[in-house]
Amino acid sequence: MEQPTKIIAIISTKQETIKAGGAPVFITENRESLQKVSTTLEKTLDASAHEVDPNTMIIVAH
Amino acid sequence: MDQYLVSVIVGTLVGFVARILLLRTDFRQYPTYPTGRIINLSFGFIAAFIGSVAVPAVIESDWTAVTFLGLAATQFREVRKMERDTLEKVDQKELVKRGESFIEGMAQAFEGRNYMVMFTGLITTLISLYNIWLAIIIGIVGALIIRTKIKGKLLNDIADITEGTIRFEGPNLYVNDIHIKNVGLDSSKKVIMERAAGVIVIPKNQNSILTLSNLGQRQAILHHISNVLGSYLDSGEPDLVPLSKRDMDDGRLALFFLPKEKEFSQIREVLKHVPVLDSAIRLPRESDKGKG
Repeated sequence: MEQPTKIIAIISTKQETIKAGGAPVFITENRESLQKVSTTLEKTLDASAHEVDPNTMIIVAH
Repeated sequence: MDQYLVSVIVGTLVGFVARILLLRTDFRQYPTYPTGRIINLSFGFIAAFIGSVAVPAVIESDWTAVTFLGLAATQFREVRKMERDTLEKVDQKELVKRGESFIEGMAQAFEGRNYMVMFTGLITTLISLYNIWLAIIIGIVGALIIRTKIKGKLLNDIADITEGTIRFEGPNLYVNDIHIKNVGLDSSKKVIMERAAGVIVIPKNQNSILTLSNLGQRQAILHHISNVLGSYLDSGEPDLVPLSKRDMDDGRLALFFLPKEKEFSQIREVLKHVPVLDSAIRLPRESDKGKG
C-alpha cells in the first residue's frame, strides 16, 4: 500500500490480446509453459502472479 | 532533611517494585534481553525517585523542586519515543509486521506505566511519613490493582470468531463469501489449499465494526496470530502473505493466513486474546446522529 502497485511483466499465450506498453511481454505456447514461466518470474522478481484470464498472467509488484 | 530520607527511600523502592511488577515479558517477546529490561527498569527507578522526592519538596515549600516534576514528564515522553523508534526499526525486519498502530499502543503503555510508577512512589512516600509499613502495603497493593486494571480490551469482547473455509473460484481466493485476492500460480494455489486457514471475525455491534475496519487493528491481529501459531512464509513470497479483507456491507472481517498449527480451536483461542488497539477504538454509538 505504501508503494504504487505496478505490472512488471506480462505472460500470455495469446499475443494478439496484448498491446505493448511499459512491461515486458513473454509469449508462451500453452497453459503449462504459461505456469512455468510465471513461476520463474514470480520467484525471481519477488512479486506475485495474478491471472487476468486463462491465457494471460501478470506479475505485479505490490 | 533526615526525617524524609527513609520515606523517600521507601517510596522509591516500592515504586521500583511496581515497575518490576508491570514489566511483562510474554509471548510478544519484548523486552526479553537483560539490556532491554535494564533500560525500562532504570527509567522506572528514576520515575519512582522523582515521584518520591516531590513529597518532601512540597512539604518544605521548595517550589523549584516541584517544577522539576514537569521536566520529568517531558523525560517520560522520551520513553515513548524511544520504544517507538526501537520497535519501528525492529518491525522492518519482521515477516508479518506489527504495524504502526500496534507499536504506538505499546509505546503508550510503556509511558503510561512510568507515570503509574511515579504516582505509586508519590503516594507511598506521602503515607510513609505517617506509617512506613502501611505505606509499603498500600503501595504494593496499589501496584497489583493497577496491574490488573491497566489491561485493555481483547478481541473476544468486541467480536465473535468463526471458522471460514478457504476456496478458489478460478484464480480468485475466497474465505467463505469474502474475496481475498487473485492467485495466478497453480503451485501457490496448491500450497494455499494445503496449508491456509480462514477465519471470519464478526463484529458484535456498530462500534466494533469500525474498530475492526481499522487497518492497524487488522495488521495487529495478523501479527499476533503469526507470532503465536507460526507462519508458513518467507521473504519474496507475496502469495503467502497473510491478509485481512472486510465485507463492506456488514463489516465482517475475513482473515487468511498460513499457520503452522491449523487446528481451529487453537486459532480461536489465540484470536480471542488479540488486544484491541487504543487507536482503533471508535464509539460512533456515543454520538448524536439525530436518531431517536
